[in-house]
Amino acid sequence: MNDLSNNSYLKLKRLEKQFGEVRTIKGIDLEIQRGEFVVFVGPSGCGKSTLLRLIAGLESIDQGSVELDGRDITQLASSKRDLAMVFQSYALYPHMSVYDNMSFALRMAKVEPALIKEKVERAAKILNLEPYLQRTPRELSGGQRQRVAIGRAIVRAPKVFLFDEPLSNLDAALRGQTRIEIARLHRELGATTIYVTHDQVEAMTLADRVVVLRDGQIEQVGTPLELYDRPANQFVAQFIGTPQMNIISAAAVPQLHSACGPLLPADGSIGLRPEHVTLKSPGEGLSKGRVDLVEALGAETLIYVSAHELGVELTSRQSHRTHLRPGDEVGITLDLEAAHLFDGKGRVTRAGAPAQ
Amino acid sequence: MQDSKRNLPNRLGLQKLPKGRSVGSWPTRPGIAQLLRTLLAWGVTLLLFFPIAWLALTAFKTELQAIEIPPVLFFTPTLENFQEVQERSDYLLYAKNSVVTSVISTLVGLLIAAPAAYSMAFFRTKRTRDILMWMLSTKMMPAVGALVPIYVLAQKAGLLDTQLALIIMFTLGNLPIMVWMLYSHFKDIPKEILEASRMDGASLWNEMRHVLLPLGMGGLASTGLLCLVLSWNEAFWALNLSSAKAGTLATLIASYSSPEGLFWAKLSAASLMAIAPVVVFGWFCQKQLVQGLTFGAVK
Repeated sequence: MNDLSNNSYLKLKRLEKQFGEVRTIKGIDLEIQRGEFVVFVGPSGCGKSTLLRLIAGLESIDQGSVELDGRDITQLASSKRDLAMVFQSYALYPHMSVYDNMSFALRMAKVEPALIKEKVERAAKILNLEPYLQRTPRELSGGQRQRVAIGRAIVRAPKVFLFDEPLSNLDAALRGQTRIEIARLHRELGATTIYVTHDQVEAMTLADRVVVLRDGQIEQVGTPLELYDRPANQFVAQFIGTPQMNIISAAAVPQLHSACGPLLPADGSIGLRPEHVTLKSPGEGLSKGRVDLVEALGAETLIYVSAHELGVELTSRQSHRTHLRPGDEVGITLDLEAAHLFDGKGRVTRAGAPAQ
Repeated sequence: MQDSKRNLPNRLGLQKLPKGRSVGSWPTRPGIAQLLRTLLAWGVTLLLFFPIAWLALTAFKTELQAIEIPPVLFFTPTLENFQEVQERSDYLLYAKNSVVTSVISTLVGLLIAAPAAYSMAFFRTKRTRDILMWMLSTKMMPAVGALVPIYVLAQKAGLLDTQLALIIMFTLGNLPIMVWMLYSHFKDIPKEILEASRMDGASLWNEMRHVLLPLGMGGLASTGLLCLVLSWNEAFWALNLSSAKAGTLATLIASYSSPEGLFWAKLSAASLMAIAPVVVFGWFCQKQLVQGLTFGAVK
């Protein structure tokens, strides 16, 4: 199953795609190493699925090139690219049994029947699908269908696995479980994987490297913690991490200027992760505030506070429990050491110190 | 999606008339509403069925019984009309012409329409709608409007009273409907399933053979059946472009309504012989048309 010994990798060069008048992909440059797990993440409409479909060859490429394993595949048909794809809707062949679904690609490649049987059975074993091989997709549950879709991809050791939001049709519990399974599969097979999701938690937990997209352009590429600790701009800073990073405009708080110095322009803003906003008793701290909502999650507590003087609503995350109730007055302390500073255009002028 | 698949034959108007039971999603209040609905459905069914039943009845009467007023309902059935029809004109020749022209025109039509519908359903462009509308618009012109040019064309080409002329006319006449029907069937097949086969390394031929054909079989079958029936029943072009050599059963029926006045019983017998094959055929195929293969493919 593992014949990925040579140094195959994927190169996207100035990739562009236009649908009618709309430029969906506006020049993407990206290199993906062999064996890497790369996640494309971004809000809906950012072009992440389109980018994946361009790589898959399901959409034609208007500009730029795609190179796979040293070979230009820009104009190559999907069927000749040697990629496997798991679709959001699973897209199983409804008229075929699970076994036939999983063996389809091998049959198309004219692999010997005995070898097909062996490969399908091995994949079925990995995915716990052995009892269901003779069933048709309609007789399976959502989670099982999902595993068949993955099985269809892994039976034939493709050069790259493409996942298009594969978990979004599953319920929350199954989603978490399948996420872990995909991570384990990737560790075992070591195959190069591109995974598209709008869920930044999936991106953070699965990826070796995350590609954050917005409006058909790459905002930042980095490991999950790089993106969390050193976002390149305000968009990435707010997109990565839940709850969202707090953003306070510099104009609202003159005293921030003195604290942060010339790195903070007058029209700039500062960003603070919820863990860097601490609540004290009233009168203490930088500013006053009133509690709007308390979310006690057990291991951590999220407290949403209106800070009238700062003109913003802030989120605070603390690891101990609280007796605060909505309506309580509190004092707010900001850990300015950890603050990210942004200029008027949202670019980072200083990244905050990493979390402890 | 499930419902639209279940009701497929219904949508095509090929299903037997509803019997007032579980039709659509009307509120199922038992009692008067239900009863009225049942009565209405039966009424419509009988109304539509009546002429055919009358035709069948008349075919077994003598010419005298056929024009009797009030009409006789009970009589000794006779087969003499059928005998006479077969004697006066070669029924089997017309039947053969009908079979040849309708089957070949349907097969050729499917061969042309399926790729067209495939490209329009799965590779939509902003012109797709216009093309579909344009194709439909050709059916809005009365056929007689094109009679003279087509007659002259057929004459110059030496195709008058040949099966080829009818096959060409039936194929072209049915193409817009075939493309429309196949297009709407193919559109119900999730695009991702075809894309998945491409990702699995299937060539265009294999994508057709292993995925589109089995999934579109219901649509292809119902389209083919409908066009078979339409070609079989086609009378206008058959009457105008063919006579003794290539004439279809439609021309046979027509020949009984012309010169020496009407012979109701023989006309009925000829009609019955003309429609019987296609009615039996349609009745058998109906069950095969009820298909819902794409269940469970998506989500």
